[in-house]
Amino acid sequence: MEFELSEDQRLMQEAVSELLAKECPHEALADAWETETGSVAGLWDHLAELGILGLTTPESHGGLGLGPIDLVLLLEECGRHAVPEPIADIVAVGAPLLAELAGPVADQWLPKIAAGEARVAIGLDCSPVVAHAASADLLLLQHGDEIHAVAPDAVKLTRQQSVDGGRRAHHVAWEPSDATRIASGSEGRAAARRAFDRGAAAAAAELLGLGRQLIDLTVEYAKGRVQFGQPIGAFQAVKHHLANAHTKLEVARPPVYHAAYSIQHESERTPLDVSTAKALAGDAAHLCFRTALQCHGAIAYTYEYHAHMWMKRVLVLERQYGDARYHRARAATQLGVTSGPG
Amino acid sequence: MDLRYSEREEKFRAECRAFFEANVPRGLPPLDSAEGFPLHVEWEKKLYAERLAVVDWPEEYGGRNATLMEWLIFEEEYYRAGGPQRATQNGIFLLAPALFHFGTDEQKQRVLPKIPGADELWCQGWSEPGAGSDLAALTSRAERAEGPGGESGWKLYGAKTWTTRGTFSDKTFGLFRSDPESVRHKGLSYFLVDLNIDGVTVRPINKLDGEEGFAEVYFDGAFVPDRDVLGEVDRGWYIAMATTGPERGLTLRSPGRFMAMADRLVDLARRSPELVDAALRDRVAQRWMEAEAYRLYGLWTATRIEQGVDPGAESSVMKLHWSELDIDIHETALDIAGPAAELLGDSEVGLDQGRWMKDYLFGLANPIWGGTSEIQRNIVAERILGMPRK
Repeated sequence: MEFELSEDQRLMQEAVSELLAKECPHEALADAWETETGSVAGLWDHLAELGILGLTTPESHGGLGLGPIDLVLLLEECGRHAVPEPIADIVAVGAPLLAELAGPVADQWLPKIAAGEARVAIGLDCSPVVAHAASADLLLLQHGDEIHAVAPDAVKLTRQQSVDGGRRAHHVAWEPSDATRIASGSEGRAAARRAFDRGAAAAAAELLGLGRQLIDLTVEYAKGRVQFGQPIGAFQAVKHHLANAHTKLEVARPPVYHAAYSIQHESERTPLDVSTAKALAGDAAHLCFRTALQCHGAIAYTYEYHAHMWMKRVLVLERQYGDARYHRARAATQLGVTSGPG
Repeated sequence: MDLRYSEREEKFRAECRAFFEANVPRGLPPLDSAEGFPLHVEWEKKLYAERLAVVDWPEEYGGRNATLMEWLIFEEEYYRAGGPQRATQNGIFLLAPALFHFGTDEQKQRVLPKIPGADELWCQGWSEPGAGSDLAALTSRAERAEGPGGESGWKLYGAKTWTTRGTFSDKTFGLFRSDPESVRHKGLSYFLVDLNIDGVTVRPINKLDGEEGFAEVYFDGAFVPDRDVLGEVDRGWYIAMATTGPERGLTLRSPGRFMAMADRLVDLARRSPELVDAALRDRVAQRWMEAEAYRLYGLWTATRIEQGVDPGAESSVMKLHWSELDIDIHETALDIAGPAAELLGDSEVGLDQGRWMKDYLFGLANPIWGGTSEIQRNIVAERILGMPRK
């Protein structure tokens, strides 16, 4: 029994952390909000260089052939730096989905994804929009029990405005056809379920990072901000808010790592483990957001201070790939708890 | 990351499971009752005979040299089988770690062997009427004195209170001010005191759950020989604080205990679907997830400790989490029971002999004992987050 990430996995986390600190500072995030694509200039190439984009692509297709356990700390870092790029959708969901369905579409696209030359966008039934669809070279769309691989010129995109200004959300109008179908029936249903679990686990990891950064920012601020002649961080009311947020977030951490492990090892308990991770991490990150806003005071209620970009990412991700209530209901079903009169 | 248990661990689990399933006494009266206490002691003796009372202790003291991971397994199986509360827990979890670290060889050989077999039952003498969360404000004192046989030692004066199981215990370990000039944490000594000697009076106090599991202990010149001072004189505070080691967060209340509790809640919800609406179902799932999170936190912590990491103040994170979890699990069960929740004991219309209510009242002490939740939050904020003390 060894419940801890490996030294190699920690080293990779450090490398990503250093890269993001340098290439994705909050000023760059604010700039990205104003661009058409929502991308941080140059970041994609750096991520490709580091090998992150091909992390989950099989070695036979030019990737590293690694899995969710290797990815979880990196997604946490992406959350910590509020990276707007759709890394989770591409690396945690898209590439594994193509790899498991195999076939010509996978052969065509996986090498390009791994090299950072192509992006896929994911549209599962759990979301009314497809994120970053306009910058995608291929859309993987769920249609009931079917998965379709659809070219951008075969869809009509309508840009939606998200509360998260770094997120490019689109409504996608499209027609499923025999030509676009890459999985159906029980295979399609299972693939969609696994894609959903991978997406939920990835969002949980990002939420951990978002929550962590919101706490760290708030602690630093509370140490420096003086009111009534002392740092506000010395007031017990402020300390207790932060201690509660820290506790809730850190208790959610092991379940997030555990969910990654369950997916990687195809555990029968995967839906239960993923739901545990997503529900706890979503609620914890939400508390971190509320705590950060309250303990900063008015400054965090402005666009002039950068924390709002983290807060809005939390508001989006806690609801993506199933919100906490959905996941508790799914877990209850897994545990055999049905409700009577409800 | 490898979440498979080793062959040795699986074998140990199987042994525990078989023994507990066959032997765990069920339906005992409460531990903290005159009727229930001796039955719990009897069970402890059976555990000890099986070398299952203190699996993580060295073999020479009746243990098995078990790893922290194996101890977690023991706890999972013990509570999974419905094992009763441990009558020896103060001795095992609070006094023994101090003795192992700071005791003389003579003290270890004299005191330790009598703890796990329940030959001597210990209670903790820390809180006082004027010193609860602010333990360093304690005023009970020790004065240099000679014993009846001319041996050198100390006479104790003062009062200790909220002493859990004081009424049923043989001995107490407590902090007394040995340097009258000292203030706060300095000048306190750690004494091992027989409760059946002259100058000691024990007055039972009924707890919230109605059991006489508390006591007030008065000291009026009780004599304690030098050999019953643990560690250096005047250094008692540091011994009391330093003795618990990196595993403290886990050993105070193991994850297995809450996992078993959450599984019982799930079981209750499954067998009473007519009482469980969508809102309660949501809460049952949440409770199970929180227990599961502590189970995983335990595995993570045990792994890191084995790798040489000291999780330090994370014990406060754990205590904050399970203190509320215990209460939340029981409140969810009480809400499933609805108006029948008030009924204790056998009843045609009650639920599970009122056990959820009894255990709820018991668990309400969690955010208070062993450092209140407010103190734990201060520790998390100051020692983990690095926020200013003042």
